[in-house]
Amino acid sequence: MTMAEPRPMTADEVAPARPVYEIARLSKTYARNRLTALTDVNLTLHKGEFVSVVGSSGCGKSTLLKIMSGLMPPTTGRVVLEGKPVTGPRDDIGMMFQQATLLPWKTTVENIVLPIGIRQGRAAAQAAIPRATELLRLVGLGDFANVYPGELSGGMAQRASICRMLISNPAVLLLDEPFSALDELTRDFMNMELQRICAEQKSTAFLVTHSLAEAVILSDRILVMKPRPGRIVEEIVIDLPRPRTLEMINTPGFGEIVAHIRDLLGKEAFE
Amino acid sequence: MTASPNPADHAGADTVWVEHTALIDRIPRWVAMLGLAAVVILIWDLATARMGWVSPIILPSPGETLTDLIFVGQNLVSGGYMLTALWTTTRTVFWAFLIAIAIGFSLGVLVGETKFGERAVMPYLVAIDTMPKVAFAPLFIAWLGFDIASKVALAAFIATFPIVVSTAAGLYSASENERMLFKSIGASRLQTLVQLKLPTGLPHIFTGLKIAAVGVMAGAITGEFLGGGQGFGALIRQSASTLDTPRVFALILYLSLLGLALFFSVAWLQRRLVFWNKAEKLGGVT
Repeated sequence: MTMAEPRPMTADEVAPARPVYEIARLSKTYARNRLTALTDVNLTLHKGEFVSVVGSSGCGKSTLLKIMSGLMPPTTGRVVLEGKPVTGPRDDIGMMFQQATLLPWKTTVENIVLPIGIRQGRAAAQAAIPRATELLRLVGLGDFANVYPGELSGGMAQRASICRMLISNPAVLLLDEPFSALDELTRDFMNMELQRICAEQKSTAFLVTHSLAEAVILSDRILVMKPRPGRIVEEIVIDLPRPRTLEMINTPGFGEIVAHIRDLLGKEAFE
Repeated sequence: MTASPNPADHAGADTVWVEHTALIDRIPRWVAMLGLAAVVILIWDLATARMGWVSPIILPSPGETLTDLIFVGQNLVSGGYMLTALWTTTRTVFWAFLIAIAIGFSLGVLVGETKFGERAVMPYLVAIDTMPKVAFAPLFIAWLGFDIASKVALAAFIATFPIVVSTAAGLYSASENERMLFKSIGASRLQTLVQLKLPTGLPHIFTGLKIAAVGVMAGAITGEFLGGGQGFGALIRQSASTLDTPRVFALILYLSLLGLALFFSVAWLQRRLVFWNKAEKLGGVT
């Protein structure tokens, strides 16, 4: 079977999935230096979809993610999650950063219930511990619940931070280059884990990454961004079958998509 | 194979060479410490009792010092006037340290957490910190009298600044990622302070507390030198004024035990509270 061939639609896919996150006419201008970081960004994330954004440094993808996570207000445009405008951090948004940022004085499981403790208090955090333990089992860290993060490897720490992101059942997962600090082998493995977890949880995910291969292997759609001013120049639908495997990286279809994105980004990516 | 440049390097032989280890790495720490002490005391003994190079008024012999150490020790153990003096100094140090922690920590949070503190308060603190704080002793005596209060004030005054600076620096030490995490999970300013910035800053804060522990001892003794009273500092000054140098040495040694006790209490508390910070375990002294 060849990878890039269209596959038959299943019943699930015939009806378009419900939109979860909607962004329309979004722009962001930094008043300080009158820099236009984003202009006319339109995007919709549907339930269960995995969308990546790639682009060179300074193309505005970090700004987009900050606006989507409610850490920064947009200048103009619509930013709506589950029908409600995003006007600040929300507990139905799960975030993951480049660094695991686990607190070293809390055990792994205590770190995972941290968002619950902050939002709903200590008792709620205690009550969430069984669910946190279950999530740890999901990511293969079942035996490490009561270990301090200092004893976890980089990949294990990032898996724990996946659990922290999932603990509040977020409607959308925002992933900010989550595995870029890991070595390549661990990174490949974590990408496959992420795919498995997202499939099990039926998560809607939005990934910002520098790695074209990572974006292609994980995504249903890739948005290609260009800088000055930051904008989406193309949307690429990845129709490789799921579940994706690392072997797909070596297929011609995969290589063509990566080559196409690289062409789009042109020399800018290497400036 | 042609002739080898090294005749010993014949085919198939193991490569043998031994990495040099310094002698100091091969002997236990306590042996090194005791050895150094023995050498110092030997030279000290030679210079004073054996050869008489140094006058006993300037530097008493180890034997004389030991005699006085025993005398002072007996007085302390039997609850004599020296114990009363030591107790006075201990109380001074204790209260001064508590006051310094309370004021220093509060000011540190003000400076480290608020823009007002950073912009408006910090410059004044830096200005006062650069002054020789011992110069304020006569003022404290004038305000608070010759009793323990003026010594407590001077010692606390000296010890406050390192705590302010270390607390403020500690609050800045949380990383950008950690702050973003707390922001993204909707943490309030107080939650971020208590659950992120303070624990992250604890290693810094303890460094400041250790410096303050040394400062508070210096402040208490200086206060007793300048303001008299009932403390150990006054005893040292009286002995010095009668040229009783062995007694001065003996008193200083006992006083250093108080300083060590304070310092190691702080270090112990640090090990208990900042259990995750591996860097603190390096060096082994604290």
